[in-house]
Amino acid sequence: MKPLLIRGGRVVDPESGLDAPRDVLLRDGKIAAIENPGQIKAPGAEVFNAKGLVVATGLIDIHVHLREPGQGYKETIASGTAAAAAGGFTTVCAMPNTIPVNDTPEITRWMQTSERGASIRVFPIAAATRGSMGEILTEYSALKEAGAVAVTDDGRPILGDAIMLEALRAAAQQGLPVIQHAEDTRLTGGCSMNAGALAFRLGLRGMPVEAESGLVERDISLLRKVKNGHLHVAHLSTAKALDAVRDARRQGLHVTCEVTPHHFALTEERIGRYDTDAKMNPPLRGESDRAAMIEGLLDGTVDAIATDHAPHAAHEKEQEFDRAPNGITGLETALGLSLQVLHVRYKMPMAKVLALLSSRPARALGLTGRGSLAPGSPADVLVFDPREKWAFRAADSRSKSKNTPFDGWEMQGRVRLTVSEGRTVFRRD
Amino acid sequence: MALTRATVRKTPQEISTPSFFQQPIHPGSAITAGDFSVAEVKRILESADALEKENPFRRGDRLAKRRVALLFYESSTRTRTSFELAAKALGADTTLVSSLSSSIEKGESLKDTGITLQALGAECIILRSPYSGAPYLLAQATGLPVLNAGDGMAEHPSQALLDLRTILQFLGIRSSTVGAKTLNGVTVTICGDILHSRVARSNALLLPKLGAKVILCGPPELLPESAAAMGPGILVSRDFDAALGQSKIVMMLRIQAERLAGLQLDLDEYRSRYQASADRIAQHAPRALLMHPGPIIRGMEITAEVADGPQSAIAQQVHNGVAIRMALLVRALAGVKKGGRR
Repeated sequence: MKPLLIRGGRVVDPESGLDAPRDVLLRDGKIAAIENPGQIKAPGAEVFNAKGLVVATGLIDIHVHLREPGQGYKETIASGTAAAAAGGFTTVCAMPNTIPVNDTPEITRWMQTSERGASIRVFPIAAATRGSMGEILTEYSALKEAGAVAVTDDGRPILGDAIMLEALRAAAQQGLPVIQHAEDTRLTGGCSMNAGALAFRLGLRGMPVEAESGLVERDISLLRKVKNGHLHVAHLSTAKALDAVRDARRQGLHVTCEVTPHHFALTEERIGRYDTDAKMNPPLRGESDRAAMIEGLLDGTVDAIATDHAPHAAHEKEQEFDRAPNGITGLETALGLSLQVLHVRYKMPMAKVLALLSSRPARALGLTGRGSLAPGSPADVLVFDPREKWAFRAADSRSKSKNTPFDGWEMQGRVRLTVSEGRTVFRRD
Repeated sequence: MALTRATVRKTPQEISTPSFFQQPIHPGSAITAGDFSVAEVKRILESADALEKENPFRRGDRLAKRRVALLFYESSTRTRTSFELAAKALGADTTLVSSLSSSIEKGESLKDTGITLQALGAECIILRSPYSGAPYLLAQATGLPVLNAGDGMAEHPSQALLDLRTILQFLGIRSSTVGAKTLNGVTVTICGDILHSRVARSNALLLPKLGAKVILCGPPELLPESAAAMGPGILVSRDFDAALGQSKIVMMLRIQAERLAGLQLDLDEYRSRYQASADRIAQHAPRALLMHPGPIIRGMEITAEVADGPQSAIAQQVHNGVAIRMALLVRALAGVKKGGRR
């Protein structure tokens, strides 16, 4: 592999606080050097001219559904990571609600073998309980040994108090976070959207915000009993749950959380005429909850932007609202939406936006060495044009599935180059 | 403020391939009462009057040999029969597809069922579905006019129109005079299982357009406070007697046991507070019109005495269904060439 010299770009690295014109040399799959423009001499290196572009560490998505094993018609590890590369990601963490559920070291290893054709780094997240049935813990030490970076039963909650406490304890011993899909399913049976006036008018059953916040509050109270426990709240969507996280953190508890682009960019109004591309779990909420997500991102309570990329086939989504599966794709729209909403509209500094999409999620899940441009780190690099406005088209997506509510939406900032561990995995000239 | 759709210029190809849920709805469709303008309501009412009076032989030419499919995923007596009689009175050929006697049982999707009916020559589909919003899906999949005969808990617009016709007849108001102030000063109480009622939603969206005040009445389990935010002119009340005292029109609804989803209700308590009994009506609303979309559960939300009494409009409502549905079918199919999109 030839060395790659990325020349003349604005290098933004939140980890070191760098935001200045620099040249970046990638060699042998590592960041080899970062120097003032014109300082690096690398004869024989391929040169990428990044004039007018931002050079940053590759993005990290700690919440994706790659559907393999078992549902290759929705997505494969190859197609999902290709979409991720196009979206500027160099690392994704794959949720275990596959078929079968990833609750063994064998499946965890299988997902990471080269036969899967991943274009970027995939870190599996293993099931917290066998079959994600919420009854018996999986083997956390063996799963960690096989490469799992966290445990979760995502898609469903770890509901029982006793089993959740056990999970937090066992995970703490291994230094793993427990990721909770915070939904008290005793309150959400038959529900397909957010509770409230709109749900009433549409004649759909609504999930109350308390179904999320109640479980987050319960988990925080369990975490108090666990030494060195780490709770990570997946796809947080309500002001009430965010407040609970904020309070817990003030009290010194190790609680982290992520928010999806759709929960800070959209409200339940996007459902319109029962559009199932606006159906996901947790559901799109009202404006006050959306505004609270923005606030949490701005004030630092939120640790990560994560997509919850959840591909589904057209025939599954083109159904009655109550019957359609939950979830939307998100890997190719995360950067454009984050810049559009957070940077342009809410004036969040570029470095902070990029931190929420790379270094902070890496830290939240303990992905050591990822999310930084420090020399010696894996050569995970993203180059994008921060000024380009473009319309995202679902039909052009590299994902196998096109279930997005953002078809035709304006995005700010466009990916030009994605390098994963030294390999160019996406390039738009 | 949430993000809005991009203003980025689109290529012609983008414009010609909107995603499935952005497909246009045929303008002859009747899916939600919320979409009707006052002028449209007036036209439908006038058309219903004219069609009802028309010579049956001339009327039978209006949609002669046009193909109308009735697609019913839920049981129905009144709505199905009255749509069918309406279509036949206009000369249309009808076919009934119901979930228990079709490929729906084998797992065929609504989209594919719609495309199949269209391929068989259906020019308009009348749909009843247990799923809220299903008529939009069918309209988007086929491009045909879709008449909503009840979707889940969401809407039943033809019922709201026939209820309106019944109300206007009772008040002695002619269709030709209908406007945005026609029902000013008229209070309509809708009482019972509002949460699960598509009839309540369609009436609450339709009647205030003509100036009526709608009081929704029932216990919190069956009527959340958020119901009042559905549209203008809607109030929520727990006091049936007080609501009756203000109302010229009273609509009773049955408790939809099939949609209760585990909800526990004290039925004795319910009857004592919300039943339309002879005593209660005599005391609080002796001159009001008593309506019920059916099916009625005698002895539960309404006593037999009241249902069969002089204030009851139940039979008149059913009767009005045929005229309203004739008007909706003519609206859907007249002026539209055979075929449609696809």
